[in-house]
Order: sequence, then C-alpha cells, then structure tokens
Amino acid sequence: MTSEPTGVPAVRGPVHVVGEVLATKRAGAYRHLTIAAPGLPERFRAGNFVAVSVGDGRLARRPLWIHRVKETGAYGPTLDVVVEPRGPGSTWLADLPVGARLPVTGPLGRPFALPREPVSCVLVGEGYAAAPLFPLAARLRERGCPVTLVLAADDEGHLLSALEARRSARSVSVITRDGSVGARGDVPSQVEAVLERADADVVYAAGPTATLAAVAAAAERRGAWSQVALETPMACGTGLCQGCPVPVVAEDGVTRRVRACVDGPVVRGDRVHWGELG
Amino acid sequence: MRWGTVMVASGCGGTGRELAPYADLDGLDLVTRSITLDPRAGGPTPRIAETPSGLVHAVGHQNPGLEHFLATELPWLVRAGVRVHVSVVGATIGEYAELARRLSRAPGVAGLEVNLGAPDQAGEGLFEVREPYHAASVVAAVRREFPADRPVLAKLRPDLSRAVEGARAVHDAGASGVVLGDAVPAAMPDGRPGGLTGPAITPVALRCVHEVTSALPDVEVVGGGGVDGPRTARAFLAAGAVGVQVGTALLHDPTTVARIRAALADDHADDTAGDHAGDTADDREDQR
Ligand SMILES: Cc1cc2nc3c(=O)[nH]c(=O)nc-3n(C[C@H](O)[C@H](O)[C@H](O)COP(=O)(O)O)c2cc1C
Repeated sequence: MTSEPTGVPAVRGPVHVVGEVLATKRAGAYRHLTIAAPGLPERFRAGNFVAVSVGDGRLARRPLWIHRVKETGAYGPTLDVVVEPRGPGSTWLADLPVGARLPVTGPLGRPFALPREPVSCVLVGEGYAAAPLFPLAARLRERGCPVTLVLAADDEGHLLSALEARRSARSVSVITRDGSVGARGDVPSQVEAVLERADADVVYAAGPTATLAAVAAAAERRGAWSQVALETPMACGTGLCQGCPVPVVAEDGVTRRVRACVDGPVVRGDRVHWGELG
Repeated sequence: MRWGTVMVASGCGGTGRELAPYADLDGLDLVTRSITLDPRAGGPTPRIAETPSGLVHAVGHQNPGLEHFLATELPWLVRAGVRVHVSVVGATIGEYAELARRLSRAPGVAGLEVNLGAPDQAGEGLFEVREPYHAASVVAAVRREFPADRPVLAKLRPDLSRAVEGARAVHDAGASGVVLGDAVPAAMPDGRPGGLTGPAITPVALRCVHEVTSALPDVEVVGGGGVDGPRTARAFLAAGAVGVQVGTALLHDPTTVARIRAALADDHADDTAGDHAGDTADDREDQR
C-alpha cells in the first residue's frame, strides 16, 4: 500500500474497448453477463474490475468485478460480470439484450496479492461481491494453497453458485441471514470460527464494508494476513477524479486518503481506517 | 497558444499517469488538479453525484501539496513529455504568489492556471473571488512571480453576468488567456456546495465564450464545459475560443482527449485541402 501517486504499469495497463454482450443469464437476484472485450482477459488478474458506461446520459461509470475470463473461445476473449439491479445504472445493465454494445475499460485496480508459500487461505465473499473470489480460488489452488471459500448472503437468491465454487475450493461453506440455505447467520458472527477451523494464514474478503471490517479484525486477532476488496462508490474507476477516497495508514504510520480505484480496490485489511470509511 | 489546443481540464486527469494507457502523453497539454501550498485531505464522501447529462462534484481539492507535487508528480510528467500547466489555488493572495514563485523555479512547468472559480471557496477556506477585482489582484500577484515568457491562464466560472467584466479584469492584470469555464456552482443532493460539469453546462459555457470573444477580441479564450467529442470542441472554437479543455468526459471515456486531438488534427489537414467533409459525419455520430 502506498500513497498517491501510483503508476499504472505501462505494458500491462488497462484498455478501453467497445464490448459486446454475448450472453446473459439470470441467476437468483443477479444477472450474469458474458461480454466480448478484446484485450481485457489476457491482462486480467483476480481482484481486477471493469468500468462500464451505461446509457441515458448517465456519466458516472459502473464498476463491476470480473468474475471469470476466457482468453480464447468461439467468440474470442470474453469476461463475465455479475450485476445486481439496484439503481438505474445497474438495472439498465441487467436489462441489456444479447448483441448490445457497451464501452468497457479494464482490467482496473490492484489485484489480490498471492502468497508465495502453499499456505492455508480463507476466502469470504458476500453477495455478488464474492465474484472475484472464484478466479482467486483457482489461482491459489494452482499454487498449492488449501482454499476454504465462504459464500454469504441475505438469502439464497443473493448467493453465487456454491456448486461452481467447489471446482476451485477444497471446502465451500454457505451462510445466509435468513437461513434459507447453509448456516443461518452472518459473517461477523461466524468468521472467527471459520478461520479457526481452517487454521488460516491468509484471509481474503469481498463484500459490504461492515463484512470486510469484521473479517479484517478477525484476521488480525489471529495474526493472519488479510486482503479486502473494497466497494467504494466510484465515478470514473480509472484514477482520474478522486471521487473514491479510502483512509489508509501507510508504512510510515501516516493516514492518507488513497483512491480505491487505482491504489485499491484490494488493500490490506489492517491498513484501513474502518471507522472513517463508514 | 496554438489554435485548436486540446487540454486536459484540472482535476480530471488524476496525477497524469493514469491517462497513459489512453492517450499519448508526449506533447499532451495537461492542467494538474489544483495544487495548494500544504497538502489537503479533501472533503467527505460522497464526492461525486450523477445528474442528467452532468456530474456534481465536491472533491474539496484533495492534493498532496506543492512540495510533494514538485518532488514526485512533476518530474514524472516532464519526463513523459507532458506540457504541464499547474493549477494553483490558495487561501490568500500571498499563497497564490508563493505558489507562483516556487513553480517559476521548477524545471519543466509549461505554464500556470489560476483557479478563481472553485465551487465552495468559503467552505474550503480559499481566497474568495466575489468581484472581478479580486480575481485581478490574484492574477497580478501570480504574474509578478512567474516568468513573462510562460503563460498564466485565469480560470473563471461561466457566469454570464460577469464574464466580460471578469475576463477584462484578469486580462488587464496580465493573464495570458482566460479559461471559460469552470464548473457551474451547484448543490450536491444533500445540499453541500458542489460544481456542476459535463454536457449539461455546455450551452451556458458556449454563451460565455461567445460574449467574451465578441466583446474582447484581443483576449485569448480557452473554452470548456462538457466538451465530449470533436463536435463540441469545434463549437467552442467556432465561438471564438483558441483551445478547449476536456474534463468530465474523461471520467466517462478516458480516450476522449486523444480522439478530439486526432479529429482536430484531421480538420487542420482538411482545412489546408479546403475540405470540410469530416464535419457532417461527426455531427451525425454525436447526435446518436
Ligand atoms: C471531479 C472534478 C474535479 C475537478 N477539480 C478541479 C480542480 O481541482 N481545479 C479546477 O480548476 N477545476 C476543477 N474541476 C473543473 C474542471 O477542470 C472543468 O473546468 C469543469 O469540470 C468543466 O469542464 P467539463 O464539463 O469538461 O468537466 C473539476 C471537475 C471535476 C468533474
């Protein structure tokens, strides 16, 4: 974690392309979009996101986690995103028909850092935000890390597929607030036990701020190293506007406001001033 | 200034580096986000709100302060070949002068832009520009400290009732040119002061540019406000501006500046050939 400015590596930097929606699929409360986006998949690392434009004179871009990439397929390089229709922009996205074109910029942001040793990793994701943990789990497994994945949500409709998660994670568990599937409860009340059982060395989390704060705190209590994927509202996603400040404590002990989009969105959990983030 | 110059507007190009994937930085005119003497943490969130065809921002001039800027950001930009126009803003005329003095000694600064139209001057503890003579005093102080062979632009709000008077005052105080304009003062959804930008303000800014260039033909005007493609850029040039600034559009599409530069360069080639065929195709595209 460093303060501004941070560079975008020139060679591997993001691209701005007009993507095309190749497939859409409803899954519970979410819509999965497969987008042809030349140049993006080959640059992707888990934890990256894309910024997409939505229609009707709306100028702020919508950041979306990259859930999956295919570098080669019948339609060339593609990426998958998971959209929850909540506001006008995400609803517009969720309603996109196959064949629609939309400007896509990415891959953006700092990805998850991977441990060098094959250590025990626990991944905790809530709602659609668990999306980037799927490719992360696959990468960790390639490195020989035992992976425990926890999928949490309010209810079954807001869960990403546990079945699919089992392809990359050794153990997958599910927590829902209403108990419709898996264990009843929430992340803050259960994360401690999960970390204990997995004897976690490294913890990754993606989800609402309160969830991230709880996971980071639990990791710190057991001396595990944590990385969290922040969902700070963003206007551009590319580091241009300073609209997504995150208060972090830098190596020198000084608190700075860094930009979630380029200095994050993945940051060390023990560096974030959670209280100030709200 | 060269006719048809396309500049990255202040506060919309990050530190400059973030634009590298989307534009050739070599020779690019970039106005930095406004720099203050001391670091500023900026305002609370949310800082940016969406409104039809526009954005309202209340960033609060987050910046690392002059020293850090000089030590890290400026040298990087200069090495990349960027033509760096440093935007300055201060709490007092003395602060503006101090910024100009220190920037005059920094290698590689192409020019200065004096920020006189910040959306919430009082709330941020900035020097309040209420009357044209306030703006003129700031410009005069900056001009005194900055070498005469490098430009000092004065950036004003697109306020039609004061545009001509304001432009004349800063011109007489030594500004090399006037930028019209800055964001339109507005409110965030929760009522905090902010600045409205984007295509929503283009007609207002165009009118201001037109009035000033008509009344003051000797004053160089750089137009801005919702420039999002070759068509709007040409509209500002047609209103008498020598150049344009692109802000909000970059947040929406970071390749905008590169596209406009390429299109205007083509115009220039067409002009020499006496051919304006390019205009209609672009007009049609922008209307879609
Ligand atoms: C997020 C944001 C931050 C800005 N920061 C500054 C700033 O620091 N200094 C300044 O003079 N103008 C600032 N502006 C104003 C722009 O430079 C520009 O003048 C204005 O947005 C109008 O142009 P546009 O419609 O192309 O954005 C900012 C605008 C935005 C949207």
